[in-house]
Amino acid sequence: MGGMAAPQVVPVETPDTDEVPASDRQWVTIVWDDPVNLMTYVTWVFQKLFGYSRERAEQLMLDVHHKGRAVVSTGARERMEHDASQLHAYGLWATVDRS
Amino acid sequence: MSMFRRQAGHYVAVFAVDEVRVLRKVASEVVGLLTDGFDHTDPVVGRLFPAVYPQDAPGTAEFRRYTEGDLKTAKIDQAGAILAALPDDAGGEVRLDAEAAEAWLRALNDARLAMGVRLEIKDGTDLGEELDDAVAEDPGSSRVFQLSVYAYLGYLQESLLNALID
Repeated sequence: MGGMAAPQVVPVETPDTDEVPASDRQWVTIVWDDPVNLMTYVTWVFQKLFGYSRERAEQLMLDVHHKGRAVVSTGARERMEHDASQLHAYGLWATVDRS
Repeated sequence: MSMFRRQAGHYVAVFAVDEVRVLRKVASEVVGLLTDGFDHTDPVVGRLFPAVYPQDAPGTAEFRRYTEGDLKTAKIDQAGAILAALPDDAGGEVRLDAEAAEAWLRALNDARLAMGVRLEIKDGTDLGEELDDAVAEDPGSSRVFQLSVYAYLGYLQESLLNALID
C-alpha cells in the first residue's frame, strides 16, 4: 500500500459538519493526466463543473498535463466523492484522497 | 470531414453517410460495453469507471455501490443522444440544442477513451506517425480504420467544443 491509502472506515452519515473534527473534513479530489482527453475539453469541464474562471481552469488543466495530477476541489469526503463521480461522467480520471 | 457550427443557438453539422455510419457504430459500441458487455476487468470499463480510491478496494466498492448505476445510465443516455440525433443511414444535417451538444461532447469523449485504451494511445503518441506505421504494415487493417476513426472523433469533438465556447 502506498501513501494514498484511505481509511477502511465507512463514513458515518453526518448532516452537520460542525460535529466533525477538522482532520476528518479535509479531503481532495484529484484529476490525473491521461493521453486521450483534449486539453480544451478538460478546461471546459473544470469551468462547467466547478464554475472556475477560464484562467483558473486553464491553469489546473496545465497542472494536470505537466505535473501528472492536480487537486481540483477540497472539502468534505462526501462532497469530494460527488465531484469525482461528476468528473467520471465527463470522462476525466478523478480520485479522492485525504488532503 | 464535417465540422460543427453555431447557428441561432443550435450546433449544426452536415454529415456524409460514412460519417453517420461510423458515429452510429461507435455510439452503439459504447452502449454495448455498458449493458450486455459490462465487465469490470475490461480495461475500457476500468477507464470509464476509475477506482475512486486506488489504494482502497473496499472504499472504491462502497463508492461504486452508490454511484455506478447513475453513472452507467448517464453514459448510456449520452451515447443515446448521438444515436437519436443521427439521420437514418443517410447523410444529412444534425442539429443539436445546448443540452444535446453537451451530451454529444461527453459521449464522443467516452468513445475516444474506449478506443484510446484499445489502441494503446499513450502520452506522446503521435497519431500521424501511428497511422503511417499502420498503413505501411497493412493499409486494409482494422488498426488503420480504428486509428482513423479515433482521429476523426477527436476532430469532431474539438469542433463541437469550439462552437460551444465560441
